[in-house]
Amino acid sequence: MAKVTVDGIEVEVPNGATVLQACEAAGKEIPRFCYHERLSVAGNCRMCLVEVEKAPKPVASCAYPVADGMVVKTDSPVVRNARRGVMEFLLINHPLDCPICDQGGECDLQDQAVGYGMDHSRYREAKRSVKDKNIGPLIKTIMTRCIQCTRCVRFSAEVAGTAELGGTNRGENLEIGTYVEKALTSELSGNLIDICPVGALTSRPYAFVSRPWELRKTEGVDVQDATGTNIRIDTRGPEVLRILPRINEDVNEEWMADRGRFSFDGLKRKRLDRPWLRVDGKLRQASWPEAFAAIAGRLKGLRGDRIGAIAGDLVEAESLLALKALMAKLGSENLDCRTDGAAIDVTRPDFYRFNTTIAGIEEADALLIIGSNPRTEAPVINARIRKRWVAGRFRIGRIGPAGLDLTYSHEHLGEGPEAIRALLDGSHPFMEVLKTAKNPMVLLGRGALMRADGLAVLAAAWEVARQANALRDDWHGFNLLHLFGGQVGALALGFLPGAGGQDLGQMLGGGVDALWLLGADGVDPATIAPGTFVIYQGHHGDRIAGRADVILPGAAYTEKDGTWVNTEGRVQRGHLAVYPPGEAREDWRIIRAASEALGATLPFDSLAQLRAAMPLEEGFARRFAADATGPSGDPAAMSGAPFVLPLANYHQADVIARASDVMAQCAATYAAPLAVAAE
Amino acid sequence: MSFEQPTHFAFDEASEAEVAKILAKYPEAKKASGVIPLLYVVQRQMGRATGSAWVPKVAMDVIADRLGMAPIRVYEVATFYFMFNMKPIGKHHLQLCGTTPCMLRGSDDVMRACHDAAHVQVGQTSADGLFTLTEVECLGACVNAPVLQVDDDYFEDLDYDRTVALIEALKRGERPTPGSSIGRQTSAPEGGPLVLIDVPGGVAGGGE
Repeated sequence: MAKVTVDGIEVEVPNGATVLQACEAAGKEIPRFCYHERLSVAGNCRMCLVEVEKAPKPVASCAYPVADGMVVKTDSPVVRNARRGVMEFLLINHPLDCPICDQGGECDLQDQAVGYGMDHSRYREAKRSVKDKNIGPLIKTIMTRCIQCTRCVRFSAEVAGTAELGGTNRGENLEIGTYVEKALTSELSGNLIDICPVGALTSRPYAFVSRPWELRKTEGVDVQDATGTNIRIDTRGPEVLRILPRINEDVNEEWMADRGRFSFDGLKRKRLDRPWLRVDGKLRQASWPEAFAAIAGRLKGLRGDRIGAIAGDLVEAESLLALKALMAKLGSENLDCRTDGAAIDVTRPDFYRFNTTIAGIEEADALLIIGSNPRTEAPVINARIRKRWVAGRFRIGRIGPAGLDLTYSHEHLGEGPEAIRALLDGSHPFMEVLKTAKNPMVLLGRGALMRADGLAVLAAAWEVARQANALRDDWHGFNLLHLFGGQVGALALGFLPGAGGQDLGQMLGGGVDALWLLGADGVDPATIAPGTFVIYQGHHGDRIAGRADVILPGAAYTEKDGTWVNTEGRVQRGHLAVYPPGEAREDWRIIRAASEALGATLPFDSLAQLRAAMPLEEGFARRFAADATGPSGDPAAMSGAPFVLPLANYHQADVIARASDVMAQCAATYAAPLAVAAE
Repeated sequence: MSFEQPTHFAFDEASEAEVAKILAKYPEAKKASGVIPLLYVVQRQMGRATGSAWVPKVAMDVIADRLGMAPIRVYEVATFYFMFNMKPIGKHHLQLCGTTPCMLRGSDDVMRACHDAAHVQVGQTSADGLFTLTEVECLGACVNAPVLQVDDDYFEDLDYDRTVALIEALKRGERPTPGSSIGRQTSAPEGGPLVLIDVPGGVAGGGE
């Protein structure tokens, strides 16, 4: 530890810390542009100058290591003068276009110019201008505003792992860009907007939309992948205008995946904003009482075991619990939430959770990925794996389709279950890597379970973890990576066939006369047996809504107070940011109202009463593998079929993204990257 | 200024030999250090093959692939150094120093000679495709100022007439001897050595 005195305040910081970190420990704010705590130190903006006693001139605090007994001044006349000088240089080539700049109001340069800028410019020469770059449909560039801090260059090379941005040419001609015009291929590219301290990289969909002070900020959870990214939903009036990540060191640090960030325009398109009713084979608009009357008319007199309910991938725990309770009242045990057909053993929570935890990845020292492409299934978790890989001594093996670029190097062990077999019988050398590792991890993709022998694959992956000694009371190395934010919550609440209940296939195949689909957008309408009375409750008129006999318009994740469980089993709460459109209502209310119409009134009238009955405890406690007994499947029953990745198209993987125009543009851009490169 | 980027590049036999020699200098994990020498290899090969020594984009991709670097890292290096030509140039690259010592010793005359004889302006390539003229900063030959670098050779102590003669010779396909155009021995004083004349075996004695 080193003792440092900052403006008379004595602080102790670890050896090797920087002066800037010591100043922050003392509670002093140091202005900076290029420094970012999650990126390497560049030291090129010079805004963080401070005075260090016995140093001949001001030093850049972000790149200057502390020494014991150092005396630092952060607010002396020398410091203020030096920073004013730096600011004057930075502003020489920066345009005075704040009034039309989207960064205005949340711009580091603007804020710090208030403190260190002059009220006029002494610069009489021509300012330089830089041609804007086209780096894809998500990020708008106004490169003349760039102050060359290189945060974006370092982010894309270090965190995202797709080194595509760089500084070309030199001196006055230095430009940040891709050199050869191309769309960035990262699924984390939206974070470039957040880390850019000026208005050079801004959100293209948000261009000229709003000022930050006009926005109402609501905390939420991203449900479009299973990471459980903490988000802030910025709204004005009835509209979601943008979504930004919040810092949560245990989950997403401060990053966010592009699909969650940019697909919210899908919340305004193709929405179900009023009930619909099928009359004489045609859907027509209806009122809520009509819709409930139709449901009651069909369901009354049906035996409980002729009614079923299927939940989708984005649904929050509250409405799942309400629908489960309603089904119980109606006497039905026919529930399922695995619309993708994944074979999951729910007898113990650690059979279907990401037990190592996301932050725990940094403690692992070997990783086996089975049937998953974490880069598209959970980009933020993939960034965490990459962070661990960059730190060194981390061997990664993968079983699945060949030729994936995961942004880190890994060994490809095989395409299908035969590679797992080879690991289990010890004939593959990678097993030795796992066995000799202190904290080995097995990451099983949910996609690997969407097959007839899914349970066998699950058991085999568990067995690999057990043999590698990854299941201990101080380490749990078995991980299931889910795809969407509602999946683990539904499993945790037991939205699954009860005793004697029918599962997805049986319900679709004609086992029931009435089917309640709660946001079950993943169900293929063609698989529903003809004659089944289908109630669709959800927010988008996706393909499945066309098959419905009654459509109940529900709320999307930004439009309700809800509880979601991420792939780790972390229970998080999101809040209502805007009201559902038109006649649409929060989902648990719809189910509560329907229960009354069905004469099976549910015993709660408020969210608080409903939550009191919820068996999920908010928050998160890391669990270890006290019991190594595996899931029920038989590893020997694995077929030879190679693993297939579940998400064919990252940008249009869920119902909100499919309705999004921005995501459609992305899908078009990235489906044909060669066409973009050739222009 | 538009030009066509070739769609294909591969090191030829001579280049491959050079590349092997260069890469042998670096440990496998640090082979990215070879990026600058490899860019020179590309530029020389382009000079041999097409008569225009420049570095096409596809060649930088080949280098990136060979060195295990991201292509953008190669672009950054190549565009940073003005020694690498990012667009096609003429058969001969005339690089005229215009920094103070050369300017005081008459680099403006040399510049005029380039305009007149090679019919080329700064930053441009002559219509016959023979010459590209670039004005550069100090080439480190101030003693023999003014200096004009033609491809890899320095031509020193130039004036208007001698520059015109040099360019005419290049046009005829000749290759004049590089160095001082007034017969100065390396960077010794004009008119021959003035000191150490009487030392046996010294400079004046003809030995080196």
